[in-house]
Amino acid sequence: MAVLTAINVTKRFGGLDALLKVNLELKEHAIQSIIGPNGAGKTTFFNCITGFYNPEEGEILLENKLITGLSPDRVTRLGISRTYQNIRLFKNMTAVENILVGMHPHLKSGMIGGILRDPRTNHDEQEALVEAKRILKFVGLAGKGDMMSKNLPYGAQRRLEIGRALANKPKLLLLDEPTAGMNPSETQEMTNFIGQLRDNLGITILLIEHQMRVVMGISELITVLDFGQKIAEGTPAEIQKNTRVIEAYLGRGAASGLSEATA
Amino acid sequence: MLVSGITGALGAGFLLIPSRLRNALIQAIAWTVLFGLMRDIFIVMIGRWGSISYLFRWFFATSGLTIFGALFIFLLVGFVSYWRSGKEQEIQAKKILTKKQKYIQIGKLASAVILVLFLPQILGMYFSEILDNVGIYILMGLGLNIVIGFAGLLDLGYVAFFAIGAYTIGVLTSPEMTATPITFWQALPFALLASVTAGLILGLPVLKMRGDYLAIVTLGFGEIIRLLSLSDWLRPYLGGTQGIQRIARPFIGPIELVSQSQLYYLIVAAILIAGFIAWRLKDSHMGRSWMAMREDEDVAQAMGINLVATKLSAFATGAFFAGLAGAIFAAKLSSAYPQSMNLMVSINVLCLIIVGGMGSIPGVFVGAMVLMGSPELLREFADFRYLVYGALLVVMMLVRPEGLWPEARRKLELHESLEPDSLPSDIPPAIENPTG
Repeated sequence: MAVLTAINVTKRFGGLDALLKVNLELKEHAIQSIIGPNGAGKTTFFNCITGFYNPEEGEILLENKLITGLSPDRVTRLGISRTYQNIRLFKNMTAVENILVGMHPHLKSGMIGGILRDPRTNHDEQEALVEAKRILKFVGLAGKGDMMSKNLPYGAQRRLEIGRALANKPKLLLLDEPTAGMNPSETQEMTNFIGQLRDNLGITILLIEHQMRVVMGISELITVLDFGQKIAEGTPAEIQKNTRVIEAYLGRGAASGLSEATA
Repeated sequence: MLVSGITGALGAGFLLIPSRLRNALIQAIAWTVLFGLMRDIFIVMIGRWGSISYLFRWFFATSGLTIFGALFIFLLVGFVSYWRSGKEQEIQAKKILTKKQKYIQIGKLASAVILVLFLPQILGMYFSEILDNVGIYILMGLGLNIVIGFAGLLDLGYVAFFAIGAYTIGVLTSPEMTATPITFWQALPFALLASVTAGLILGLPVLKMRGDYLAIVTLGFGEIIRLLSLSDWLRPYLGGTQGIQRIARPFIGPIELVSQSQLYYLIVAAILIAGFIAWRLKDSHMGRSWMAMREDEDVAQAMGINLVATKLSAFATGAFFAGLAGAIFAAKLSSAYPQSMNLMVSINVLCLIIVGGMGSIPGVFVGAMVLMGSPELLREFADFRYLVYGALLVVMMLVRPEGLWPEARRKLELHESLEPDSLPSDIPPAIENPTG
């Protein structure tokens, strides 16, 4: 079954087609990547899925339910979580609190409960805290929960952001360049970790990534965007050979030179 | 030249002194200067103490301290702070809270409670008046701290809710305004309801606004409310420029709360309730949503937080506290005037939050006391009082931009137990190296 289906999604900014008739189907438990040069519309596509942008045309379905037009908080409640290209944690809150905010859709206690701290609210909060600690441990941040998130090292911030996204218990996780700014060993860690997310938690993952080693290593399917349009889709092996993809990345001349050299 | 040379040498010499002694010296100097500045206040206070006042008269000259008094305070504070810093080192070395320290803490708390209860008796009428004003500002500060400090919504028209609270009490309890005046306590729920409703009404049009834009719109809202209370159009209902007089004072049992020291207890009770609510909300689910919204509105929404409900609840809670403060203010003066609902009130409350520390509840108390109290302390400077006051604020913001008592986040993870195995050791080393 398809977790996510995008049909002819088009998003315009002024006269520019940031996305033009993009189609995409994401199978359950898949790890799929979106690649493309800068400005290809990858993050715009994420913003359309999460409800932050409303596409001018086209439909996006989550498990065959239409989600275009819903506000971001509604989309999140339906089971889509995301991380950001430039880490966007709640900087002046502790790591645990970041996770607790991520659990928002599953917490029910209201304002009166918060003031009175009745047994039910206390119980809910305690449970949430236990769960938050479990998530922290899962992302390798056990014991760092009381640190202000802005004081965490870079790699830990990336992991915390993923932890916060997981706290929503998503069906679909959107990762926007999870290895940006990481050195090779950190990148390898992160790649393994993303694999674990799918294998252990059964989450479907769609990621934007620039590091080809990561993309080729873990994705089952790769979608290539260029100037807002899908120019190719296929397995890593297929994409590596695709001339349109090479053109998009290196320019026409270089691509032809490359194919001559290989020929 | 000579002076700067000497001060330079002194400054250099100061750095050579061991830090423990240096801190003690700095504290001693600071306290001596403070006591000198507060001379007038102490004289008034001491006058009320009867025979023991002779003991204290020794310290004060016609303006400032006598040499003896200055030396005494200097040595006392210096010695105490030197001795205490040694103690703290010992405590830090042990790192555990012994039973004795627990008793000391309880003792400190008890003496604070007693001090708060008898403050008006100790200070006398004039200072009770200042205390009441500080209290009303604390109450408003607690509310605005939720709106700005917790939820990050820059509201410059906060005085509007204060005005609505005050005027509702006025309209309902003053025989000038209504044929069937009711008591303060009967009118209070209506005043609170009116402020909260106004909070929600203001909240609706500004839902999509952020930062500067929000500040401008709320500023306008505050002015609208003030101008409405001033207008001839509403004069039959709100009294126009004349305001409303003969507002009912609150009764507790048979006692009518009239004097500053009686009203002080009403204000303290209101602060306790408001402080409790603010404190509980801060660490609640709602408080976290507010703070997430303050940190990054888009991401907060992407976490599933409904921005409409969350913003409105912040505005409504803030308006509730301001309405309460306004109601007490009206009862205290037994009148309400448009002139007391001006923009300066909003600005003062905003200032006290910034001075105390954004988002910090103790900061509201400290900020209100410093901001409202310091003009009184600075009487020594006579005509230059507000010049010095302004300079103090500038210096303070340069030296301590985070506020006098900055917000501290609660420790959650290591709350119940300090398990040694949950400490950083089990983190993959690759994640530890920060890059780029």
